Amino acid sequence: MKKSLILAAGVIATPATAGTITVTIPRIAVSEYHVPYVAAWIEPVGGGAARTLALWYDIDKVGNEPGTKWLADLRTWWRKGGRSLKLPADGVSGATRAPGAYRIPIPANIKPGAYTLHVEAAREDGGRELVSVPLTIPAANGRASGKTELGAITISAR
Amino acid sequence: MIRKSFLFAAAAVGLAAPASAHNAWLLPSTTVLSDTGQSVTVDMGASTAPFEANHAALPAENVKVWAPDGTMGKIENAARGRYRSTFDVKIDKSGTWRIGMENNTIAGMFKVDGETWMVGRRRGPAPSQGAEPARPVAAPPSAQQASPGGRPQIDPSRMVASVDDIPAGATDLALTETTGRNEFFVSAGEPNEVLFKPANKGLEFVPVTMPTDLVANEPGQFRFLVDGKPAAGLEVEVIPGGRRYREADQTQKLKTDGQGLLTVNWPGAGFYWLNASHSDDKPSHPKAAKRRMTYTATLEVLAP
Repeated sequence: MKKSLILAAGVIATPATAGTITVTIPRIAVSEYHVPYVAAWIEPVGGGAARTLALWYDIDKVGNEPGTKWLADLRTWWRKGGRSLKLPADGVSGATRAPGAYRIPIPANIKPGAYTLHVEAAREDGGRELVSVPLTIPAANGRASGKTELGAITISAR
Repeated sequence: MIRKSFLFAAAAVGLAAPASAHNAWLLPSTTVLSDTGQSVTVDMGASTAPFEANHAALPAENVKVWAPDGTMGKIENAARGRYRSTFDVKIDKSGTWRIGMENNTIAGMFKVDGETWMVGRRRGPAPSQGAEPARPVAAPPSAQQASPGGRPQIDPSRMVASVDDIPAGATDLALTETTGRNEFFVSAGEPNEVLFKPANKGLEFVPVTMPTDLVANEPGQFRFLVDGKPAAGLEVEVIPGGRRYREADQTQKLKTDGQGLLTVNWPGAGFYWLNASHSDDKPSHPKAAKRRMTYTATLEVLAP
């Protein structure tokens, strides 16, 4: 479990990556702030199965209302394939993140081609936002930005 | 108000259930669940605008629960309020559930020694209960269960409860078989299609788009079958909830294509009430001459 957290966070560079995605969680000035659930996944442009690259949720919460209960609030990710992911997933699942910029390595075993990167964030007592960015593998630089729940999303070749 | 509903219910028959009828509806708290540790809680009632609890409650005991593995589930915590009933369903298996009501009745007229008799209607309430003693032919408040209106009043002593009670010497049988289904869908975890296999009997709704995967910016597609064959040109009404917050009811009157396929473009996210009905002369019961079939679904459409 620990290992997966570290890998997903990109704190330690994995040996083989095809690039790096940086997701920024903005600081939001509200009296009751909860860190968002975030999913990042890619879908082939020509259609095909989605592949989840990172999922940050309340991974340790168990009991009557476990942290997984609210995963469907990431409603697009959930519909595009999140619901078939066995959790926790190594290298994918991680704890929620405080505001800041976080790197997600793009796994080296993704076939070259055209994809769309989607990043979705949903926050308790807050909003939900989906940001989509074109992504080619091997990765070229790319950039997009959310307006409310997400900040800058950047793609870099390394 | 009750009287009015009877009139509407009766009128509904000839006019393919106009939006002015008091329509039966089911309103679940959600249709998409992450896991199998949760319940949905459901309101049900009958009113002019779907999901607005302002007219009549419906009995929750009539609700059936089809679990995704093909077994029957059950409702819990049923309660009846003045305008709506409520119940819970524990969604303890992953996959797609169907939850709703089915009805199958035969109603109509026949003659015994030249006297007109009636079958399949609720008898008038006992005089002591007294709400509607003057209307022994009152239809149930649900438009679904209504049968042809404009009939003469029949003395309660010339009514029989079911088709099996028709006396042997009866003549001039004019009976209509009415079947209906009113349901919604819930998916926990990964959806599945176990319950979408048509029985090839009556009017059936076969999802093409998973009914728990509807999104406002993508059309939903559903196939309608009658006795297993595509119901081409079937009229289907789709009404978004929240009608009292709008100027217009925004009812979409749609038709299935030649293959029985309905395509619905959603004006926005929210709950929708979909209703279709079809009449023909192919009842399954040998004593009935006509058949009227209705299908109603509550569909939740999410924002993209």
